[in-house]
Amino acid sequence: MPAFLTALNPGWLMILAGVVAIFLPMRRVRQGITIAAPLLGIALLVMADQNVNHLTASVMGLDLVLYRVDGLSFVFGLAFLLAALLNSIYAWHTDNRLQDGMALAYAGAAIAAAFSADLMTLFIFWEITAVTSVFMVLAAGTRAAYFASMRYLAIQVLSGVLLLAGACYVYNNTGSLGMKAFVSLREPGAMLIFIALGIKAAFPFMHNWLQDSYPKASVVGAVVLSAFTTKLAVYAFIRMFPGQDALIWIGAVMTVFPVFFAVIENDLRKVLAYSLNNQVGFMICAIGLGSAGVGNALALNGATAHAFVHIIYKGLLFMSMGAVLYRTGTTKASELGGLYRSMPWTALFCIIGAMSISAFPLFSGFVAKSLTMSAVSHEGLTVVWLMLLFASAGVMEHSGIKIPYFAFFGHDSGRRVKEAPFNMLLAMGMGAFICIAVGIPAIVPGLGYEWLYNLLPYREEAMSYQPFTFDHILTQMQLLVLATFAFIVLKRFGLYPPEKPGTILDTDWAYRKIGFGLAQWMGTVWGKVGPAMTAVFLGISSRAYERIEAAFSPRGELARGALTGAMAIWTAALLGLVLLLAFVTVG
Amino acid sequence: MIEMLLSSVPQWALAHAAPLLVMVPLMLAPLLALVPSGRVAWLVSIAATAATLVFALILLGIVQSPESGGIVSYAMGNWLPPLGIELRVDALNAMILVLVGVIGLLATIMSYPTVLAEVRKEKTALFYSAFLACFAGLCGVAITGDAFNLFVFLEISSISTYVLVALGASRDRRALHAAFNYLIMGTIGATFFIIGVGFLYAATGTLNMADIASKLPALQGSRTVQAGFAFIVVGLGLKAAMWPLHQWLPNAYSYSPSFVTMFLSATATKVALYALIRFLFFVFSPTFAFEHAAFTALLMPLGIAAMVACSFQAVFQTDVRRVLAYSSVAQVGYMILGVSVGTAAGLSAGLFHLLNHAMIKGALFMAVAAVVLTYKGTNIRDFAGLGRSAPWTMTAFAIAGLSLIGVPLTAGFQSKLQLGYALFDNGWWWAVILVVFSSFLAVIYVGRILEAVFFQPPVNPRKTRKEAPIVLLVPLWILALANIYFGISTDIPLGLARDAAAAAFGLEAFR
Repeated sequence: MPAFLTALNPGWLMILAGVVAIFLPMRRVRQGITIAAPLLGIALLVMADQNVNHLTASVMGLDLVLYRVDGLSFVFGLAFLLAALLNSIYAWHTDNRLQDGMALAYAGAAIAAAFSADLMTLFIFWEITAVTSVFMVLAAGTRAAYFASMRYLAIQVLSGVLLLAGACYVYNNTGSLGMKAFVSLREPGAMLIFIALGIKAAFPFMHNWLQDSYPKASVVGAVVLSAFTTKLAVYAFIRMFPGQDALIWIGAVMTVFPVFFAVIENDLRKVLAYSLNNQVGFMICAIGLGSAGVGNALALNGATAHAFVHIIYKGLLFMSMGAVLYRTGTTKASELGGLYRSMPWTALFCIIGAMSISAFPLFSGFVAKSLTMSAVSHEGLTVVWLMLLFASAGVMEHSGIKIPYFAFFGHDSGRRVKEAPFNMLLAMGMGAFICIAVGIPAIVPGLGYEWLYNLLPYREEAMSYQPFTFDHILTQMQLLVLATFAFIVLKRFGLYPPEKPGTILDTDWAYRKIGFGLAQWMGTVWGKVGPAMTAVFLGISSRAYERIEAAFSPRGELARGALTGAMAIWTAALLGLVLLLAFVTVG
Repeated sequence: MIEMLLSSVPQWALAHAAPLLVMVPLMLAPLLALVPSGRVAWLVSIAATAATLVFALILLGIVQSPESGGIVSYAMGNWLPPLGIELRVDALNAMILVLVGVIGLLATIMSYPTVLAEVRKEKTALFYSAFLACFAGLCGVAITGDAFNLFVFLEISSISTYVLVALGASRDRRALHAAFNYLIMGTIGATFFIIGVGFLYAATGTLNMADIASKLPALQGSRTVQAGFAFIVVGLGLKAAMWPLHQWLPNAYSYSPSFVTMFLSATATKVALYALIRFLFFVFSPTFAFEHAAFTALLMPLGIAAMVACSFQAVFQTDVRRVLAYSSVAQVGYMILGVSVGTAAGLSAGLFHLLNHAMIKGALFMAVAAVVLTYKGTNIRDFAGLGRSAPWTMTAFAIAGLSLIGVPLTAGFQSKLQLGYALFDNGWWWAVILVVFSSFLAVIYVGRILEAVFFQPPVNPRKTRKEAPIVLLVPLWILALANIYFGISTDIPLGLARDAAAAAFGLEAFR
């Protein structure tokens, strides 16, 4: 392979293609590019040598590593590229230059960030993901989407700024920008980076941007958004904070609390957003269990595998809801139902996605989640294990049953629409294929969970792990059956929260309402105080200006007086001063 | 390039480059007074300045070559130093000589149309004669290793400068008053300097600067030496327009012929500053207690006062040339501030800014000369709308103006950056704030002019599209592009400045 190709970061290729796509008016050519770029990127990635710095640069004394592939970034890069490919196929029926280009650039930035091996490069692409992804929300074109996108942008940029501050601090302290695992959070630099990543990963109380913006995004936009931002944060956590005890509890809380919101939420895309939160919680929890290099490789493998499969099945679920939205114009559970008659294929793919996310054996979620659960029980953390178990049941409840049930079955809404466009079905079908192919044991050569395990960063531990054991399957099946049973019972006796239109207050109510009130109040106060202060400032500055002018202008003090005489006196004065200085210092 | 030059010149030029550098313009100066034609005088001047530049480059090449040991010493008339007059070139004055040569050549090339327009025709040849004398004097100051000889060359350059300023009288009668003022003050400065040299001679019994330097450390406590130091610093400070001894400068720059302003602004104060640095770092030493005190208690406050006060004054001026003149004093303040840090980094930053400022002010005043030639007035109002009628001239002006402010990717930015580093290393972070503040004032005074040039309609609608002649535009653009080139690649000027600072501190190499 020529040298420039080996040094070409697939992410950069994608960004470049994205920029080209923005300016390309020919629709089919543009869409050809959006499909070819990820394919080319996968080819480049597969051929790239691992653990080699392919591209480095030295800018202003900073040593940057712009392209480096290793076992961990390979998995994430591959997942991102696959997701980008599916997204491009899914977007085939649209004709939106900005959305096509920005989606490609967004995916590219996430990939480039995953392949960068220093904090500064990571920061740059981190910010590019923020800026490009906003267009996914904006593409919906509604007023609500506009405001949501602005809130989204503000929070994403805040995360970037914190990351930059942390990187500066670390650089100042250690003189190196290299990405390394931080041992302690006590160091302010590590803390800043931790918070920056936490915002992107949507930690509890930092999560609202996600539920705020994703459901308001366009049909394609939500699919694109679901794949990259949070998983990039997960990647960065694995890289920089493996085995950080705080993450175990943060992750556990993160898996549990969205369950309640998801169960009562009416907007099915918002349910998916909450379930995204819950899934990332599993990964975060697993990262907290793993320790750098040694110890619990099982947990880090679990987080990585979970991220990989999650990108695919969450994308699949968002695609199916996107198809519903595209055909019916809504994703409200209260307005849907009975769609399996008119959209059978979509319903099938949605069920496959739902079974994957619920971790049914033989689906991809199972092989990934088993790793995490084993790691937790291995560590003997009973409370955490129970929380995760509860959350697993919750996933089954809100994503595994609620989504397909309310959209495609349940009470018939009477809607008779067309099946989703072929390109959407194709993308969903490919996603569903991956979900199953990764989930099954290696019966078919080349497929099966071993293919995924083979990619994981700690390969030997992964390969020696056996997901399809009796107790794994039994535990999981008990869980799933009981959750299904609970759903049926609750539904039967009318106890299940009915699908009602309405707004659920999440913690973001606090800052959105109180913050808005505060801003309003301050606006009023400023309206009164402002003019007074302006008058004072104007007075001060005009007086200062007059004084400066009086001193320095051509008519001013400094220019007045007989030139020669003044200069002669100054000369004498300076001479006296130098002599005096010499006298004082030496004498 | 310099190696190529060294290998191609004949042996006599290599051996006698130092005296020839001064002698060529000095001998041609009186001859030109006899030439009837202004054009011939112009061409001869170009030849003379070009020859000087070649000799300066030869000297720079010899100084930089490892076998010379960094010093070229030439005994005039084979009278060996310390008794005879010595021409002594090291990294510091090789750099100054090249600067004077380059600016002298470019200025001479661009001069002819403006001189024709601003000086009475029968005096054109005399004008060039005075110019060559001034040029020779500046080169002499820069090259000599003898304190008294330095005074002589200083007077040669000064007296011819008074003449040059006075020749602006045919355009503006106030030039006579300005020249007279300059004469009185310049003479005070020169007198102070020679008194100081007298004191040193009394204390050490020698006039050769290297020789004085070798004898001074034993005489640190001597009041005679200290008095000599005081007189020399004030005398040369006046010549270098150190605040508050700068008051001759704005008038002299505003009323002299445009070409003279351009040449003086880029060379005269720089050479005087060179002489000051020569005495501060080579004859005296920053390790002397009284000099250290003078640095922190005198030069540093004066440098800061210059860069703040004169920037303010520049803001309020209505005449473009006065704006630039006050800004020059402020820029001298930056250089003095860099010097007063008293470290190799500070000195190299000051020298770096000296080089860059010569390019900046050279380009700015050259553009002003072009405007004076084609549109007369120099008031800011007269510049209104020129961006449309003379785009080439004004674009170059804008580039140099941005460099004066210190916008990144220009030379002015690089030298302010180096100055900031040097100040920080010395713990003078507050001075960095003042440097930035003064740059902010520069944004205002340069911005006012640029605003008029590019955004205001012309006051005189009959001003049609008219560029300056090509002999003006080419040197102007060479300087303007140099501002950008050296703003991106600082190797050459910063290397020169650092070599000079290394020589001053006796370091092997300072990077």
